[in-house]
Amino acid sequence: MKCDVCQKSEATVYLTQIVEGKMQKVNLCENCAKEKGVSDPTGFAMADLLLGLGATQQIEHGGQPAQKCPVCGFTQIDFKKTGRLGCSACYDTFADGLANLLKGMHKGLKHTGKMPARLSRRFAMADRVKSLEKDLKKAVKDEKYEDAARLRDEIQKLEHELQA
Amino acid sequence: MTFDDIVAHPGQWLRGDGPHDKIVVSSRIRFARNLKDRPFPGWAKKAERLKILGEIQSHVGAIPAMENGYTAPLQELNALQKQILVERHLVSREHASKSAGSAVVISHDQQLSIMINEEDHLRMQSLLPGLQLREAYKINNEADLFLEDRLPYAFHADLGYLTACPTNVGTGLRASAMVHLPGLVLAEQINQIVNSVGKIGLAVRGLYGEGTEALGNLFQVSNQTTLGETEEEIIDRLVKVIEQVIEHEQNARQMLLERRANMLLDQIGRAYGILGHARAIASKEALNLLSVMKLGADLGLFPESAQLAVDELFMTTQPAHLQLAEKKEKLSPEERDTLRADLVRAKVKQIPEPDIAKVTPTKNGNGKKKDK
Repeated sequence: MKCDVCQKSEATVYLTQIVEGKMQKVNLCENCAKEKGVSDPTGFAMADLLLGLGATQQIEHGGQPAQKCPVCGFTQIDFKKTGRLGCSACYDTFADGLANLLKGMHKGLKHTGKMPARLSRRFAMADRVKSLEKDLKKAVKDEKYEDAARLRDEIQKLEHELQA
Repeated sequence: MTFDDIVAHPGQWLRGDGPHDKIVVSSRIRFARNLKDRPFPGWAKKAERLKILGEIQSHVGAIPAMENGYTAPLQELNALQKQILVERHLVSREHASKSAGSAVVISHDQQLSIMINEEDHLRMQSLLPGLQLREAYKINNEADLFLEDRLPYAFHADLGYLTACPTNVGTGLRASAMVHLPGLVLAEQINQIVNSVGKIGLAVRGLYGEGTEALGNLFQVSNQTTLGETEEEIIDRLVKVIEQVIEHEQNARQMLLERRANMLLDQIGRAYGILGHARAIASKEALNLLSVMKLGADLGLFPESAQLAVDELFMTTQPAHLQLAEKKEKLSPEERDTLRADLVRAKVKQIPEPDIAKVTPTKNGNGKKKDK
């Protein structure tokens, strides 16, 4: 059996990983196994390896082929080569293509864990603005203009705080 | 703290003193963090990487847990030193391949180690002996809270902490436990366990085999997904699964003692014999036999002191540790195998023969465990 990465040498390291009942197999030669850090179970993720073996092509389906990250100059071709992104802004630049990739990789698409304390206040405010805007629309539709005026003031106040 | 201090005083996890430490060797928590709108280490040019390192390093050094710790820019470590840190699980293999522009900071107690400019700008990890994932999380979280006030983390309202590789995005958390499961392997039940753990979204990794024949019967159980669950949910799930794995391993050991004592004693006796007399032994064989010795020690067939000696050999028989002990720049694989055998022989000679009175096999291979 040939190595899945270089397709040249004989595979001597066989990896099997079962995630959520789905079995993934990768066969590697000694050199590629070493290079990919397979002999170090603490630093190794099968998904990373699979990512380098074609999964990265998924990102191409979204966005324009010539898209380039305005912050770091990273392109989709670079992602295909490395399986890594260029900077944090790439997540916005390649958002469409990444959504597909992330869906297959994770439990959900929305982070529910902790966040930096100073951001959590900002996010809470932004969420509040969104929900007030919804209320405002409804108030206008229902012709409850007094409520609408109060909501509008509250939104303006929050937005002012957010900009500060 | 100097590099020699680290070599002379292995971290606490190596001395193995924690809950369930007979089966759970160590617990590890890792966070991946990055600076906002700055190129990730793999994409940054060297000058930018150095600049980022400078911005991060002083803050990392100021973390209270890092007081009197050890800091090293990667280019100042030689290949052997890097490999020692890898074998001690203080830096990742990937990080060891880095040079100028990357650094590692290790706490005095070696529980916390922070890699700067690994795959992400920050990789912080806590390592504790036994099953202590929640405790390790606390250590990591304190360092994280300290740094988030001082560094502009890349954080996205929907996607959470942004990482170089999309597999880590969200919590940026990998929680893992290294478990020693010789009972399940000998009882041939390991496949079922690996399969059922895999079904609930956790990964079990063994090396050099079809996912099952782990080296030294050591398996790494960890979360695979990082987005869509809270840190607590991920860790709780992992802890529950590991507790079950521990129970299965204990049952398997009990079953072997009751029904297949002769086979068990045979395996332990052979491990003791080979390790006590081998003149050249490869790393893989040594680890597998040491694992059986460790099982024997767990079952009380060897005195208490043997426990520590065997645990130490797991580390000291690794290639870089052998090389360091020999104070030689380069050893050939043959030289290493000979040195390894010398080291193991010397240690195992001090361990008395397995006390089979603890387990009495009957003629049909059955046995009964006697009370101590």
